[in-house]
Amino acid sequence: MTEHVIAVSQLRKVYGEVTAVSDLDFNVKRGSITALLGGNGAGKTTTLSMLLGILLPTQGDIHLFGIDMQSDRFKVLPRINFSSPYVDLPQRLTVAENLRVYARLYGVKQREARINTLLKDLDLKAFSKRRYGTLSAGQKTRVAIAKALLNEPELLLLDEPTASLDPDSADRIRQHLLEYKRRTNATILLASHNMAEVEQLCDDVMMLHRGGIVARGTPQALIESFRRQSMEEVFIDITRETVRFTDRVTEEDPIEL
Amino acid sequence: MIRSAYYDSSLRRVYAMCLRYLYLLRSSWPRIIELAYWPTVQMILWGLISQFFAENSTWLAQAAGVLIGAVLLWDVVFRGQLGVSLVFFEELHARNLAHLFVSPLRPLELVSSLLLISFIRAALGVGVAALLAIPMYQYSIFDLGLPLIAFFANLLVMGWAMGLIVSALVLRFGVGAESLAWVVVFAIAPLSGIFYPIEILPQWAQYLAWLLPASHVFEGLRAVMFDGQFPLSLFYTATLLNAVYLMVSIAIFLYVFALARRHGLLMRIGE
Repeated sequence: MTEHVIAVSQLRKVYGEVTAVSDLDFNVKRGSITALLGGNGAGKTTTLSMLLGILLPTQGDIHLFGIDMQSDRFKVLPRINFSSPYVDLPQRLTVAENLRVYARLYGVKQREARINTLLKDLDLKAFSKRRYGTLSAGQKTRVAIAKALLNEPELLLLDEPTASLDPDSADRIRQHLLEYKRRTNATILLASHNMAEVEQLCDDVMMLHRGGIVARGTPQALIESFRRQSMEEVFIDITRETVRFTDRVTEEDPIEL
Repeated sequence: MIRSAYYDSSLRRVYAMCLRYLYLLRSSWPRIIELAYWPTVQMILWGLISQFFAENSTWLAQAAGVLIGAVLLWDVVFRGQLGVSLVFFEELHARNLAHLFVSPLRPLELVSSLLLISFIRAALGVGVAALLAIPMYQYSIFDLGLPLIAFFANLLVMGWAMGLIVSALVLRFGVGAESLAWVVVFAIAPLSGIFYPIEILPQWAQYLAWLLPASHVFEGLRAVMFDGQFPLSLFYTATLLNAVYLMVSIAIFLYVFALARRHGLLMRIGE
């Protein structure tokens, strides 16, 4: 069994004249929670989309669990899942109906039991018969997380998992994700603009800027190397280019400034 | 451990998608009514026209119900096409495509579920109108017997092919192209010989007409109703044409799906 759940090599995505992601190389270890951070347009969503197989790279390779996503993605897809506040679920279906459909798509055994557990864990029981489209943004985010956990994915890709949630709900989601990771040793890759969340959840951070990784390390290591007080300040330094990046960074040689 | 095997049953995923569309249908009474609304309105209109002409036209008097039968069968094409394209548009409006295609669902499985749901929608919509025609006009399309199955199947498949091409165009060019779903079928109606024999068309139009499976079906319908014969040659030609068009339309849909993956449309479409 490979140590790296995600192995990305020379990944590049070009739209016409715009290079969204350029020569990305990174690995993500099994059981880690890794953040993919960067300002708007840094290439986070493009990278996540390529990892998920819904966007074809212009160049480069992606291996998940050691399997090539270009040639064998259907072997990988049952083992991963995804949530994003920017991708909806069918509005007119109830919460339970949505989860039932996806449970079947993922081939979940004991579907109703699994759905009930998730509804309970994510405090959605009262909304199970409500149409998805009538829910608040925060409730929708929780349903999306429930959908993402249906198949107990070994790799969970999350785009802003606590967007639109109040602090209490956001904390519950974070605790749920930590508990899920502890219980299953799943790997989580998340994109977030909530730096406090990243500090709390992640043991590994990749900073994206202009389509490439410009810094990598634990939140604490990044804060120290940037001589800052928080990840938020590190983030601002990077997006405002108040630091100079000497080269691409690698996992083995995490922080180069 | 709750985890699907690598090779999940394709049928289960097709069923999941059908379930998703049936949930949607069940959730909205306007959608259910819409299924039967137009076929019924058309049937009533053409039933009245038939009644009038049956007393004033020897041609129609020979085969009462030929116009009602034609309009009901033409609606199979329309419902078949809409059943594919409108259901696919639901995914675009729901901005759900990315969720679907990060799941183990394969594009061909989505196509299969669209075709199945289209069959259900067409059978329900046209079936209601066909049943209503019995008490209203003493005309039962079911009296056609086995040829009815051949006509229905061929027209449905023709509708599927058009629906898949329309869906592919909308996937490629965005929801602005949706109006194609409502107009495409009318563009071929004049050439399909729904209410008149193909031989009355200009010669150049006849060449085009014989490329349409519907033309063979409606000629066949008239042969059954006027002459009591089911011309197998028309049936075989329609089936062959449909097989080609369906394969081409599936290939176009899959090609456009691959393009959508290259251009990042699955994340963005619907916005």
